[in-house]
Amino acid sequence: MSSGKVGAVMVVGAGIAGIQASLDLAESGYYVYLVEQSPAIGGAMPMLDKTFPTNDCSMCILSPKLVQCGRHLNIETLTNSVVSEVEGEPGNFKVSIQQKARYVDPDKCTGCGSCAEECPVKVDDEFNQGLGKRKAIYKSYAQAYPNAYAIDPSKCLKMKKAKACGKCLEVCQADAIDHEMQDETIDIEVGSVILCPGFEKFDPTDLEYYGYGKFPNVVTSLEFERILSASGPYGGHLQRPYDGKEPLKVAWIQCVGSRNCKIENGYCSSVCCMYAIKEAVIAKEHSKNDLDTSIFFMDMRTYGKDFEKYYDRAREEQGVNFIRSRIFKISEVDEESKDLTIRYADEKGQLHNEEFDMVVLSVGLEPAPSVIELGKKLGLELNQFGFAETEPMTGVNSSKEGIYVAGAFGGPKDIPETVLSASAAAGASASLLGDVRGTMIKEVEFPPEKDVSEEDPRIGVFVCHCGVNIGSTVNVPGVVETAKDLPNVAYAGEYLYVCSQDSQASIREAIEEHRLNRVVVASCSPRTHKPLFQETMREAGLNPYLFEMANIRDQCSWVHMNEPEKATEKAKDLVKMVVAKAALLEPVKQMSVQVTPKVLVIGGGVTGMSNAISLAEQGYSVHIIEKSDQLGGNALRIKQGFKGEDVQAFVADLINKVESSDNIEVSTGTGVSEASGYVGNFKTTLTNGDIVEHGVTVVAIGGQEYKPTEYLYNEHDAVFTQLELEEAIAANDPKVTQAKNIVLIQCVGSRDAERPYCSRVCCNKSVKLALHLKEINPDVNVFVLYRDVRTYGFYEENYRQARQKGVIFVRYNAEDKPRVEAAGNSLQVTVTDHVLGEPIVIETDAVGLAAAILAPEDNEQMNRMFKVPLNADGFFLEAHMKLRPVDTAADGVFIAGLAHGPKSMEENVAQAKAAAGRALTILSKDSLESSGVVAVVQPDKCAACLTCVRLCPFSAPRINNYAAEIEAVLCQGCGSCAGECPNKAITLQSYKDVMLMNMVDSLYKEVR
Amino acid sequence: MRLQYASTVRIIEMPCTGTIDHRVLLKTFEDGADGVFVAGCMEGDCHFLKGNIRAKKRVNMVKNILEEIGFGGDRLDFFNLSAAQGQRFAEIVTEMTDRIRELGPTPLNQKEGDTA
Repeated sequence: MSSGKVGAVMVVGAGIAGIQASLDLAESGYYVYLVEQSPAIGGAMPMLDKTFPTNDCSMCILSPKLVQCGRHLNIETLTNSVVSEVEGEPGNFKVSIQQKARYVDPDKCTGCGSCAEECPVKVDDEFNQGLGKRKAIYKSYAQAYPNAYAIDPSKCLKMKKAKACGKCLEVCQADAIDHEMQDETIDIEVGSVILCPGFEKFDPTDLEYYGYGKFPNVVTSLEFERILSASGPYGGHLQRPYDGKEPLKVAWIQCVGSRNCKIENGYCSSVCCMYAIKEAVIAKEHSKNDLDTSIFFMDMRTYGKDFEKYYDRAREEQGVNFIRSRIFKISEVDEESKDLTIRYADEKGQLHNEEFDMVVLSVGLEPAPSVIELGKKLGLELNQFGFAETEPMTGVNSSKEGIYVAGAFGGPKDIPETVLSASAAAGASASLLGDVRGTMIKEVEFPPEKDVSEEDPRIGVFVCHCGVNIGSTVNVPGVVETAKDLPNVAYAGEYLYVCSQDSQASIREAIEEHRLNRVVVASCSPRTHKPLFQETMREAGLNPYLFEMANIRDQCSWVHMNEPEKATEKAKDLVKMVVAKAALLEPVKQMSVQVTPKVLVIGGGVTGMSNAISLAEQGYSVHIIEKSDQLGGNALRIKQGFKGEDVQAFVADLINKVESSDNIEVSTGTGVSEASGYVGNFKTTLTNGDIVEHGVTVVAIGGQEYKPTEYLYNEHDAVFTQLELEEAIAANDPKVTQAKNIVLIQCVGSRDAERPYCSRVCCNKSVKLALHLKEINPDVNVFVLYRDVRTYGFYEENYRQARQKGVIFVRYNAEDKPRVEAAGNSLQVTVTDHVLGEPIVIETDAVGLAAAILAPEDNEQMNRMFKVPLNADGFFLEAHMKLRPVDTAADGVFIAGLAHGPKSMEENVAQAKAAAGRALTILSKDSLESSGVVAVVQPDKCAACLTCVRLCPFSAPRINNYAAEIEAVLCQGCGSCAGECPNKAITLQSYKDVMLMNMVDSLYKEVR
Repeated sequence: MRLQYASTVRIIEMPCTGTIDHRVLLKTFEDGADGVFVAGCMEGDCHFLKGNIRAKKRVNMVKNILEEIGFGGDRLDFFNLSAAQGQRFAEIVTEMTDRIRELGPTPLNQKEGDTA
């Protein structure tokens, strides 16, 4: 550690960004301190019902990450904590953290909830946005980590007056509660800091015309998420907060607290259009009636990947009404009904009053005051709205070296962009701390595993009371007695909390004393507790897969609370079944493969180069191949970025860094001719005959500009595409620079039947070009003909400036597109004005077309070679739309840049860094291990019919020597191949058919 | 949520319904189950892409077999629900229990039992 750097990182904020950044870093050899203000990690995602555009359940996709993060040996989670001081320099910061007392010891608390049942104090539940109640001792949500309660000291009776209460103390059998607990100061040293404190929702109370806080049936979008959520205050039943009545007609009002300069929130919050559509669609699904839904909006900003299709479906198939209007006022129809009237003007200026049962305000995203304060304390540059300013073309670098920004603190972002920025910040941190990787991490040593394959099964059954959670309904001693009589059971016992530390010691002792070789725990959910017990198994020298759980709490005592006998009978049955399965369990050996610490980057544009530089800085060898004869890609044609950056200087700098790096090899004029192998071990043959062996593949092959067939393109020399127009301006082409009138037409080749997606960057580009033209010649008239202006995030500021400078924006309809006709050297454009409803004719000197971004032409070749699926538009498909935005279904192959979907250059750079951050989780390991149970083939039964090869989404099976072979490292353990295999040659470890059938047998032995 | 539902079901956990085999389903009936249902993720939400759709197909095949041999295909069914839909799970249990009660014990069950 001659550099004096520290191989640890502090991540501030434990929402999805903080969790992702922590996991990426911890998996890459860094120790992580995850600092979270609230008592639980998770952030905003657990509050959401579904997520757009896939309608995935938010909690379901998050919860595995919560468990993984919470249990990670190299992530130290500090809840109830805030950063009070940061000193030092990049590579070595000294941080002081204030940890508020929780009043419950999270190591002792088992999360059983008995304390909250007894607690007499009911307070508004902030997790449910105040729509429900929680107790003064509480856990934010069911799946929260730490799985421990916390006391709200401002509400607890005992905290106010020692003798006033203490009911929680009486009922807590784990002795976890301590009202005397003190705040603490924790000092740590870290090499870098990642700030991802998230956002706060805009509070619309002060905007009186919306009536929020005054009219009970006006709710915020986050309140509506809780109303829709199955875990929300109404159990997912769509109803009004006021009277519980199911609404028949609901309106959404967009841009509440966004795009509003009067309150100094001039920016667009980027996510509200999509979440409003999602809420409308899901509300319709929840409603028993034919729910009438209307969204009042200014511009529909569905600019992200697959968003436009979601909008199209909502409008055309699901019947959501879209009303283009900024509303004037919401008022109550009458005192009694509390129904609402929205007063608004349509586009033509016509006034309307429409009644609704409920109104949802699509509130914007803001940085919390405490976050602004933190930013100031750290000396970061913040923008006018209080968000962190990032360095040009870095995506994640704050104004201070060594401090990175991820998630909504850098600007409003949806979940995938948040996750992406988190991985990018992790990648950037790792670049800074490359030479101290692995210096701070902890590893656990387990005793060698006993070979029990020759022994008869000797099963131990550990039955849990879970305080009173199980024991008060299920007759636990009765279950133990039944267990003792079951075949192969060598020991059975009861425990107050089987998950407590001392119980783990008892389990280890019992294994020793009774020579147990299988363990069954009858308690709660394997989702939360299986990893804990499996660790105990390993500590006792047993393979962790010789373990099984029966959930007699969630499946017995909780759901049959009033039928103790039946609950007990069921608990006995579940134990019988699990014991029958356990007898047949076999150890699962983790398979491992070596990793070649080298990366192949396909594509030498800004994305490919940024990715390569990031990985090379961390000491990895990178080979870039570029099809054309020079590096730079599409960026070579771009002069100015959306924030005014000098793109050519930026590209030249990247090329210089690539060419001067010892770790990067470049092959231009080169493509891929053959690819084989899998994660850790790819072998790719290049078109120049070279063979590259690499552990990771990054596909960054860019995109292409659509060559229009409309609007006289290629027929008239004053009709340009956007890129051509920018080049013409730079070349001082008089057709453009001396023009009196210029018309820019948006959505050329985008958002139509053939390409039903938004190209995302064109609105920003046209606005920027218009400003540039006005700068060159303030007298030029620039007309932008658009469908929706999609200047999302802080780019809204450019749009405002353009209007201020006199750029004229005219909206057209997709059904009535503008017409471009030649008039000698000049042109004539006819468009129907959206306010007048009449055609207007513009004589113009030049026309700029916002041509679509197309998928790269080599997409299909890459798809075949590296098995990365494509979406309907030809762009590469990520492994998961929300949470794995740069991973692909092919492990070890990452995607970034335009090849993944249209994006701005800065976003491409961020994605390139994210791909580097993710690649690092593989490259930093000497070998990769298979993840848990996998499918295995019995070769003599296999007929090599290819069924498994065809169906596996992860390309794990292949045919070798006339039989299928499953690569354990690629297998995700779903067992689809086992289910489908016609000759039953494939079985899934721990879920073999014989095991399941034995469970069934054990259940019915008495019945028949 | 601790929603109360009929104590008639016994749950067998699997990583993905895509694993479920015909033999296992038939075995449950052979051993004495009066009804069985398979609960998979929502369509389009499968973590493994299509496991639930494959499972549904297999379940439907076994339904046909049960129908053919006179057990009644209605004794077996496939439901889509997400991990967050506890309420829906309780509804399904009620729905299936009511359905099986109406159908009565399978021809293989000599005496009446309420175990589904």
